[in-house]
Amino acid sequence: MTPTLQVFLIVSAAMFSIGLLAALSRRHAIFILIGIEMMLAAANLNFIAFWRFGPQHQPPIGVMIALFSIAIAAAEAAVGLAMVIAVYRHYHTTNVDQLDQLRG
Amino acid sequence: MNSWIVSHLWLIPAVPFAASLIILSLSNARRKSAAALALFGQALALALSILAFVPTLQFPGFRSVQNFTWFTFGEETLRLGFVLDPLAAVMLVMITLVGLCIFLFSVGYMADDKNFTRFFAYLSFFSGAMLGLVIANSLLLLFIFWELVGLASYLLIGFWIEKPTAAAAAKKAFITTRIGDMGFFLGMLWLYGRSGTLLFYDGGSGCLESAGLAMLSASATFIALLIFCGAVGKSGQFPLHVWLPDAMEGPTPVSALIHAATMVAAGVFLVARVYPLFSVGAINGVTPSLTVVVWIGVTTALMAALIAIAQADIKRILAYSTVSQLGLMMVSLGVGGVAAGIMHLLAHGFFKALLFLGSGSVIHGCHGEQDIRKMGGLRRLMPVTFMTYAAGMMALSGVPFFFSGGWTKEEILHATAHWPRSHAPYYLILAGVVLTALYMTRQIIYVFFGYTRAAAERSHESPRVMTIPLIVLALCTIFFSVVLTPAWPWLHGFLTGEPVHFDITHLIQPMLFVSLVLVSSGVGVGYWIYRKAGVQNEDRAAEIDPLEYAQPALFRFLANKMWIDELYDRTVIAFSWMGARLSDWMDRYLWDGLVRGFGAIGQLFGIFTTSVDERGINAGVDETTAGARGLGRMMSAAHSGQIQMYLGAVAIGMLALLLLYAWLA
Repeated sequence: MTPTLQVFLIVSAAMFSIGLLAALSRRHAIFILIGIEMMLAAANLNFIAFWRFGPQHQPPIGVMIALFSIAIAAAEAAVGLAMVIAVYRHYHTTNVDQLDQLRG
Repeated sequence: MNSWIVSHLWLIPAVPFAASLIILSLSNARRKSAAALALFGQALALALSILAFVPTLQFPGFRSVQNFTWFTFGEETLRLGFVLDPLAAVMLVMITLVGLCIFLFSVGYMADDKNFTRFFAYLSFFSGAMLGLVIANSLLLLFIFWELVGLASYLLIGFWIEKPTAAAAAKKAFITTRIGDMGFFLGMLWLYGRSGTLLFYDGGSGCLESAGLAMLSASATFIALLIFCGAVGKSGQFPLHVWLPDAMEGPTPVSALIHAATMVAAGVFLVARVYPLFSVGAINGVTPSLTVVVWIGVTTALMAALIAIAQADIKRILAYSTVSQLGLMMVSLGVGGVAAGIMHLLAHGFFKALLFLGSGSVIHGCHGEQDIRKMGGLRRLMPVTFMTYAAGMMALSGVPFFFSGGWTKEEILHATAHWPRSHAPYYLILAGVVLTALYMTRQIIYVFFGYTRAAAERSHESPRVMTIPLIVLALCTIFFSVVLTPAWPWLHGFLTGEPVHFDITHLIQPMLFVSLVLVSSGVGVGYWIYRKAGVQNEDRAAEIDPLEYAQPALFRFLANKMWIDELYDRTVIAFSWMGARLSDWMDRYLWDGLVRGFGAIGQLFGIFTTSVDERGINAGVDETTAGARGLGRMMSAAHSGQIQMYLGAVAIGMLALLLLYAWLA
């Protein structure tokens, strides 16, 4: 099987879906963060794939964008984890079902 | 040449009024100061009255008038005034002198009463009101004092207010006299409407002077009769005499004051004062209004004398004798003997005060007992009271020569005998004179002679403060006759303004023998009937009256006051009850129904607007708010606070956008 764009897109879509499913279904905040990271990874994969199979595939344009995205994702994960820790300290739980203070 | 008092006549009533006010402001415990103040006020009024009496002696027909403006409304000016003439002057002296004796007597009689100070305040007020009435020169001012006298009598008759009978008697006196006053007031308005002034004497333009009388013409008869209604009420004439015997519920000095100096004298005085109104258009001294006065007087005199025979209460006998004597005065006024009527009023003032105070002394001595059948033999136990009482009794009976009442009665008989219209009143009052002598004999035999019965056993002579007024009044009764005799009718001349000469030959008149015969027959019959009443007799109880023994039905008729109270109960009072019930019914059902109907209409309208408000306007607002609330609930339900739901919603939205894009592309 030759690596084609479709294959990457399918893998990417699958990763995104898995990440989304994790983010929607898991109760633990950290697992939700992991799901979000997976969705970001799927997006990065799409960037790379479109760059690689696009009309101009000289380095380092696509990779740069992916690298920036990963850096932002890292920062985001750090912030997310810090918030999880802060929430845990405050509520003594990380179960998002119980964290419904924003209820209208 | 007028003395100071003539222009300050108002001081005479003002002094007792001021005393009354000061006494009222004293505390209940200041008994001595209250009595002293009242006595001082009365003595001062007496002194001023004598001062005022002196100038009236200057010349016959003296009259001094001070008028002043009370208030002005629009074009009309209401003027009041005071007048001093022989009539007012003699009344002033009599009232203050008798009043002073009664005040002094009250100090002893009321010594144990807890409302001693209040009693003297009322007495002073009573005396002041009567003095004001006498000197009033305006029918309106007279009416004002007239009503004050009525108020004072109400307060004093009901003085022992804790006794229900006293309260009822006070109410009865007030309401009965008010019926007469209604007529008086109407007459006064009519008079004002016709003549435009209520002043008696006003330099020729007063309502009693020729110019004023000329304006009245035919209405004078009705005006006079309406004013007479007031006199009938006040002087206890038939048919409004019912209050006077009931007024005996008051303390005895009050009875003396009402029956002698004040109140009942006011009616006779009023008729004498407005006499020109009665005699407008007189033919030979007879007018329709004066004829009415005569017949009312005759009826009253005879009826009251008959009732007095069958009474057992010492004060009630005297009360009916007052009614009877007032009737006699009215007869005298009616037949034209104004001077005779006033002279009898003055003489009656002295001896009736004497008799009432004497009866007070008897009641005081007998420890509150008022039934003459339970007394007896007091002659030895209360010698001063007996002597003075006997003087009063003889004056009242009309014993001639030494007692004032005899001379004045003779004058009245004389005037009545010459009435041109009819001789019936003359013979009827002759009968009245006999009856008077009869019932007074009966009373004096029961009280002072015979053997001592239950109530009199521990009786004693009254203290000096009570006997001195008795002695003074008895002396007045006797020496007053000096100015009354036909030999030197000074008082008659003084009142009428005619010159008088001393002529001893006039002393013996035919009428003297008539009255001598009448009195001796009255006393003789009385003695013959009652000679056994006072004798100790075991088998025949003293409680049974000889007349009752002989004529039980007649006696019962008289003892029950001819059933007149009962008659009024069945007629006038029943009728006014019916009227009251009818009005009550009308008020309850007719007027109330109308009001309720209008209320119901308002209520219906209210229900209608309520429903519009609730179903229409309110419901609209409610629905709107409910909608907003529902929307809000829906919206807020979306904000579950569940982060994953938000995320899911984002995902679904994104998916939908994707599908839309795919579909569009």
